[in-house]
Amino acid sequence: MATDLIPLGDPSLRQKVRLELVVNEERRDLVIDGYKSLLELLREELQLTGTKHGCELGECGACAVLLDGQLVLSCLVAAVECDGRSVQTVEGMQNGPTLHPLQSCFADAGAAQCGYCTPGFLLAAKELLERKPDATRAEIAEALSGQLCRCTGYLQIFEAVEAAAAQLRGGR
Amino acid sequence: MKKIGPPVDRVDGPLKVTGGARYAAEVPVARVAHAVLVLSTIARGRITGMDTGKAERAPGVLAVITHKNAMHLPPQPTRETRASQGDHVLQLLQDDHVLYNRQPIAIVVADTFERAQHAAHLVAVRYEAAPVDVDLLRTRTAARAPHPPYHGTVAQTLPVESRRGDVAAALAAAAVRVEEVYTIPAETHNPMEPHATIAVWHGPTHLTVYDSTQGVFEDQRKLAASLGLPRENVRVISHYIGGGFGTKGAVWSHVPLAAMAAQKVGRPVKLVLSRPQMFGPVGARPQIEQRVVIGAGRDGVLAAIRHEGRSSVSQFDQFCEHFTAPTRALYKCPNLDTTERVVSLDIATPCQMRAPGEVTGTFALESALDELAVKLAIDPLELRLRNYAETDPETGRPWSSKSLRQCYQTAAEKFGWSRKKPQPRSMVDGKLLVGWGMATATYPANVRPASAIATLFADGTALVRAGTQDIGTGTYTVMTQVAADALGLPVEKVRFELGDTDMPETPTSGGSCTAASVGSAVHQACLGAREKLARLGNGGGADPSVDEPFAAQLARHGMKRIEARYDAKQLETRDRYAMRAFGAQFVEVRVDPELGEVRVSRAVGAFAAGRILNAKTARSQLLGGMIWGISMALHENTVYDPKLGRIMNNDLSEYLVPVNLDIPAIDVLFVPEDDPYVNEIGVKGVGEIGITGMAAAVANAVYHATGRRIRDLPITLDKLL
Ligand code: FES
Ligand code: FES
Repeated sequence: MATDLIPLGDPSLRQKVRLELVVNEERRDLVIDGYKSLLELLREELQLTGTKHGCELGECGACAVLLDGQLVLSCLVAAVECDGRSVQTVEGMQNGPTLHPLQSCFADAGAAQCGYCTPGFLLAAKELLERKPDATRAEIAEALSGQLCRCTGYLQIFEAVEAAAAQLRGGR
Repeated sequence: MKKIGPPVDRVDGPLKVTGGARYAAEVPVARVAHAVLVLSTIARGRITGMDTGKAERAPGVLAVITHKNAMHLPPQPTRETRASQGDHVLQLLQDDHVLYNRQPIAIVVADTFERAQHAAHLVAVRYEAAPVDVDLLRTRTAARAPHPPYHGTVAQTLPVESRRGDVAAALAAAAVRVEEVYTIPAETHNPMEPHATIAVWHGPTHLTVYDSTQGVFEDQRKLAASLGLPRENVRVISHYIGGGFGTKGAVWSHVPLAAMAAQKVGRPVKLVLSRPQMFGPVGARPQIEQRVVIGAGRDGVLAAIRHEGRSSVSQFDQFCEHFTAPTRALYKCPNLDTTERVVSLDIATPCQMRAPGEVTGTFALESALDELAVKLAIDPLELRLRNYAETDPETGRPWSSKSLRQCYQTAAEKFGWSRKKPQPRSMVDGKLLVGWGMATATYPANVRPASAIATLFADGTALVRAGTQDIGTGTYTVMTQVAADALGLPVEKVRFELGDTDMPETPTSGGSCTAASVGSAVHQACLGAREKLARLGNGGGADPSVDEPFAAQLARHGMKRIEARYDAKQLETRDRYAMRAFGAQFVEVRVDPELGEVRVSRAVGAFAAGRILNAKTARSQLLGGMIWGISMALHENTVYDPKLGRIMNNDLSEYLVPVNLDIPAIDVLFVPEDDPYVNEIGVKGVGEIGITGMAAAVANAVYHATGRRIRDLPITLDKLL
């Protein structure tokens, strides 16, 4: 509701907020500025810079992470909303030294050129394959439609997701 | 060169898929403060007042810097005295003039990014605004000759005019004539990573900058000149770059401003442009209008071409797109006139954008040739073959290599071109109109001087270093391959480091020159190291692919390492041959006749670009380029408000770039080519050729589908209805 909006200059925003959340399976107990977005929390406070800053307007998908397993644009999520919740970023995708199949397939297929869009694509693809392990090319395209890439022309990305899906299915 | 060519996986792949690759804004720097730019909201005039009090009092704010309190800097070069392509005339808060909309007019520094952003909004500015002129097609400002070439080392060598034969007479005598005007709007690069800079001072005279740049050395030179420091006091580091496409090939105002802010607050400063700020102060492809007149015989043999046009430039700086360059090189034609002009407008300075000149020029020329083919009822591919240039038509020099005929043939066969029905609107798919179009692609084979150092260690590994950049093109990977090949080592034993002005000097990554230039230097440095090792006295023919000799030889001489440096020069043969990469683009579109919606459904590109260092990274470059060409044809358009001179569609929901549903089935085909003359490693470069010719191929396909010739890009549905 509009009446609930806090004006930008409001002193309450200067206050620190206590936040407990799980990031990549690790409990974090933080005191942060109340105005932080999840994106800035990850990048600036936690030094988890794998999550990218592309537009801060919800237009490019570079900042996508999983919040309780759901794909969200971290530039549009207030950090305080994440209290008691669980965040997964690209840094949490690998299992020890072993890359997630999506990660190795992206690396193998040359799906990362400049690599700036890559973490967002990886998490969007992960969310899709967890929900739909046998996703078709059309479903992959649909699920990744919020992610922009200016380098690759997308085809190598689709190829990588398909290869990873096959590996994941084979592995079960 | 056995290790070259195979699709070796990118060596930076693992870092990029784990979040481990640190881009400029991500380098951890203690006590870093955050800066946000305030940009002008008028395009021309003066600042008459600035109220910074509210911003200064806002929480966390460390400084608000305007022209009133900015550090006094040495004067910027003028457009007449600039030293190089990247040496732009910058706006560094030295006066109250506003020269374009979204010009930096203040910089706000705070302890957090959000606080800086908030305070930046609190800066109130009053202006005295003058009327503006921003539209190339509507302006009454006369076109003029571009300013003379730069004064520095990176000379602008392309002439803005060229003449051969007698065009007027040949046109008058020609059996058929095509004369049309083609226009291209401003386009904005939009790499996914915005420009970002971290400036760290070490005392008052030494500066380290982490920057997202295509040219660390250009950055270093420009920073030093702008701040009045000796060049060696400035170090620029750029390990990962989230795309550039030309916008990061020049140094823009925010880079020295970040350094200025860091000095002011006595702390390191991080400055990241917002996406909306990427539209204006960091370059764009200029607006271009081109007129092409072609005279030909009934047999399609070209008698004369006149290609002239004008492109937009700012009022205070220079830049000229050499859009006639491909016309001078592509076809055999005895009579040719080309003229490039510029028009000064109240806009920010345009700059290089992927395949500058080549992509814009081929749109006009290759569209006009299609119009000629239609007029003569000759197949467009056949028309091109009838005018094939066996030697460089301008200089008469032989080509160092040219495999365009094979490109045409390979691509046409794959595409199924022979099944084309020539009549427009003659091919349909349900209710959709299907159209086929083709065009020629070309890009010059550029090489610039580069250096590299190779070090062999006693443990049998090697480290090769060159200051160059990897802007996403695969420099890390292909240089590792080139080095491994020259050293006879497996790729895993070689490490390649780049992106640092403390390393050997290399050119800015632009003009598709990095693989060829730095690759040649790496190759030679490695050969040099091998030679040195051999000269240690263990029978010259030692095989360094075995770990033993390395370790053993070095140990025997009590050495831990051996090092060789190479400073590349231009090859002499470059003056004896004309050097270009060529390709052929074939495109299928489907057009909805009721809605006017155009979709590219299929594209085939075949390219001959000398030696392909790595089939995987090269395919990616060409594929990405082809998509850029489709995007140029159908989407990209930077829209200026005619009164405010302000770019109105300044974000990614309004400025259209391709999303994955815009991507057709694409085939990238390599035509093998061996070029012994172009440089030591026979590489012509693949970063840009993929975009050239594509916009024309799409426009030609749209004509074939609909019978409508669209000569002003982008081809949007309103133009087809
Ligand atoms: S940064 Fe969040 S969508 Fe672009
Ligand atoms: S790889 Fe550069 S934006 Fe996708």
